[in-house]
Amino acid sequence: MKTTLILSTALGGFAFAATAQEVNVVSWGGAYEVSQVEAYNKPFTAETGIRVNMLAADNPATPLRAQVEARNVSGDVFDVEVSDAIRLCDEGALVEIDPASLPAAPDGTPAVDDFVPGALLDCAVANIVWGTVISYNTTKFEGDAPTTAADFFDTETFPGKRGLPKNPKRTLYLALIADGVPAAEVYDQLATDEGVQRAFDKLDTIKADTVWWEAGAQPVQLLADGEVSMTTVYNGRVFDAMVAENQPFEIIWDGQYMDMDMFVIPVDAPNPEAAMEYLKFATDTQRLADQARYIAYGPARKSSASLVGLYQDGVTEMGPHMPTSPEALANAVMDDPEFWADHAAELTERFNSWLASS
Amino acid sequence: MANAALDPHAAIATTASGVGQGLLTTADGKPLARALVRSQRRARRRAFLLVLPLLAFVVITFVVPIGQMLQRSFYNDGFSANMPQVSAWFAATERGTDPNDAAWAALAQDLVASADARSIGVVGTRVNYDMPGTRSLFTATGRQVRGGLEPPYREALLEINETWGDPRLWSVMREASTPVTANFYLAAVDRTRDDEGRVQQVAEQQRIYVTLFWRTFWLSAVITALTFVLGFPIAHLLATLPMRQSNLLMILVLLPFWTSLLVRTTSWMVLLQQQGVINDILVWMGVIGGGQRLQMIYNQTGTIIAMTHILLPFMILPLYSVMRTINPSYVRAARSLGATSWTAFRRVYFPQTLPGLGAGAMLVFILAVGYYITPALVGGSSGQLISNMIASHMTGTLNWSMAAALAALLLGAVLVLYWLYDRLVGVDNLKLG
Repeated sequence: MKTTLILSTALGGFAFAATAQEVNVVSWGGAYEVSQVEAYNKPFTAETGIRVNMLAADNPATPLRAQVEARNVSGDVFDVEVSDAIRLCDEGALVEIDPASLPAAPDGTPAVDDFVPGALLDCAVANIVWGTVISYNTTKFEGDAPTTAADFFDTETFPGKRGLPKNPKRTLYLALIADGVPAAEVYDQLATDEGVQRAFDKLDTIKADTVWWEAGAQPVQLLADGEVSMTTVYNGRVFDAMVAENQPFEIIWDGQYMDMDMFVIPVDAPNPEAAMEYLKFATDTQRLADQARYIAYGPARKSSASLVGLYQDGVTEMGPHMPTSPEALANAVMDDPEFWADHAAELTERFNSWLASS
Repeated sequence: MANAALDPHAAIATTASGVGQGLLTTADGKPLARALVRSQRRARRRAFLLVLPLLAFVVITFVVPIGQMLQRSFYNDGFSANMPQVSAWFAATERGTDPNDAAWAALAQDLVASADARSIGVVGTRVNYDMPGTRSLFTATGRQVRGGLEPPYREALLEINETWGDPRLWSVMREASTPVTANFYLAAVDRTRDDEGRVQQVAEQQRIYVTLFWRTFWLSAVITALTFVLGFPIAHLLATLPMRQSNLLMILVLLPFWTSLLVRTTSWMVLLQQQGVINDILVWMGVIGGGQRLQMIYNQTGTIIAMTHILLPFMILPLYSVMRTINPSYVRAARSLGATSWTAFRRVYFPQTLPGLGAGAMLVFILAVGYYITPALVGGSSGQLISNMIASHMTGTLNWSMAAALAALLLGAVLVLYWLYDRLVGVDNLKLG
């Protein structure tokens, strides 16, 4: 085993040495990867001459962990979720990144003040903000359309099945918001037994009407099939269905759940300098704004917002579709990775136990 | 006495006495026995060399990784390896000892060292398995003490966070201070330890795994029975039809077998969902009203239907291969001796299909017990199986020790069933084709 590893590492090193400068970026594939190739990679190669190899993974944190554990790191930059960035950083798998070394905004605001809160960690820099939102099929409701998270739980006024993800992280908050808890107090509630009970009690009211989904493509399909009349869904996916496929869907921003994606560099990355250069380039104001041309995810820098223009179709104004627009932020819950690092296991067990009981 | 020459025993006796008189040798004068042994050894070595690549492949890709994975179920050195001093204090003292100054000093020094080495996350994760909510206690404390901590350590740590004084935390740390632990197995059967280390059931709303184990075995048994009921007549038809028709039917059995599992699962979703094909037809025919569409998917029914369909070929193929070899004249003989067709089937035909049935049932049951993608997609909340929890611990909570413990229990249960099968039916009667 060890010999194999040494051999393949040696061969890998040889392969890297033989080519010109390059950087290996591991991301999530799909439309998201396309947006990164267009907005980050092409201008980066044009400017620096460094080639970018894009690799896709279901969750880049998984190969990152495996590579670090096997001491055979082949990726330079990984695009991971916040909770994984924190966890991997605490476990010593990532290089620390000094926020002062990141480029300032065009008006001179230092990066530390330009990024949205929570976007800069010890070992990670956020690139996009994305949301889990409620979306409904407009053909399903005659008369009034639903507008709030509370309407999601009101199956009398708004009949039809509901779609929810099969995990506690993206369901409990919604129940609390619908039950009248302000977005800012959601985690205070979830930290207490009463709050968790309150969330489950609220979920009980629609348990019989719920279709549970796991993969991000499922809720869009359920909505398109008419299997559910309302569901929570990732905002980029539902935007794609609305704009690119002309589906009759609408988004409710009330009770949005916001996450970020982060760039990290593993210790022992094969091209550390190129990796750092790429990371700085890709998270500057212009690149983050450019990315919104290709996908409806919000830039993690405040200064990018004013530069966001039209979707690649040339007619759709992207501003209102951003999870970072003022309307979207009015009652939004920001992901709390520390809370979930502590409580994910416990709440997942309780959630599954709740699911299994009828 | 002409018979004596033909008596085989006599012949052996003659040869044996010949051996006794003088050693048999090969053409070049070596003793025959030794030459034989040597050539056999050479043949064995050559055969072993031929098998070696496969053996190495199996060991490297199957035995080693699974062994390593199973090892995680009872071995986790996340705490003991990174907190050596306080682990040593735990080893030297009795359970229930209140932490003294030495313990606090050891804890503080370990925390500082672990925070500097950036391994504090690993430590926190390990303790968090047994006491939810403590991971951030370790990481947050680690951030504050990086670079050093001044005595008195007890007061310093309690000032950072008073949870450090919680007796339950110390009891959990004591548990974690030895790398070998049974706690993951306890958790996998909905058990935990209280402050004094006694085993007890977890709170009712946290109980999940025992239910899921029972459900997994129960649903697998139901699915095995269904594949038998559906597959037996088909296999019989395949085995008795003329070659041309049976080949055509065989393709119909094999075609779905060769189709991607995901495609088959999603086509069941298209068929069974409330706005799906079957419900549409029923409503169109007026069997049910538009408001009473049947819920056939995203529950146990969906899991059973989809898995039965997907696993059906694993029942049909062994049954078919056994039925092909059954001589039809046996049944004809029974009939001509006066047996009714039912009796002939029950007493003569069916017993001969048992090896195929056993093999098919074993295959279907063992595959069903480990099924994961189909229940995840069509199972809703009531159709989840234990493998979905294993997957969730592998990829979601990243608690690989827990996943390994659940997997080990599942493996153990299947082995017990295999042993039972061997005792009741006999594994020799298994015929896979």
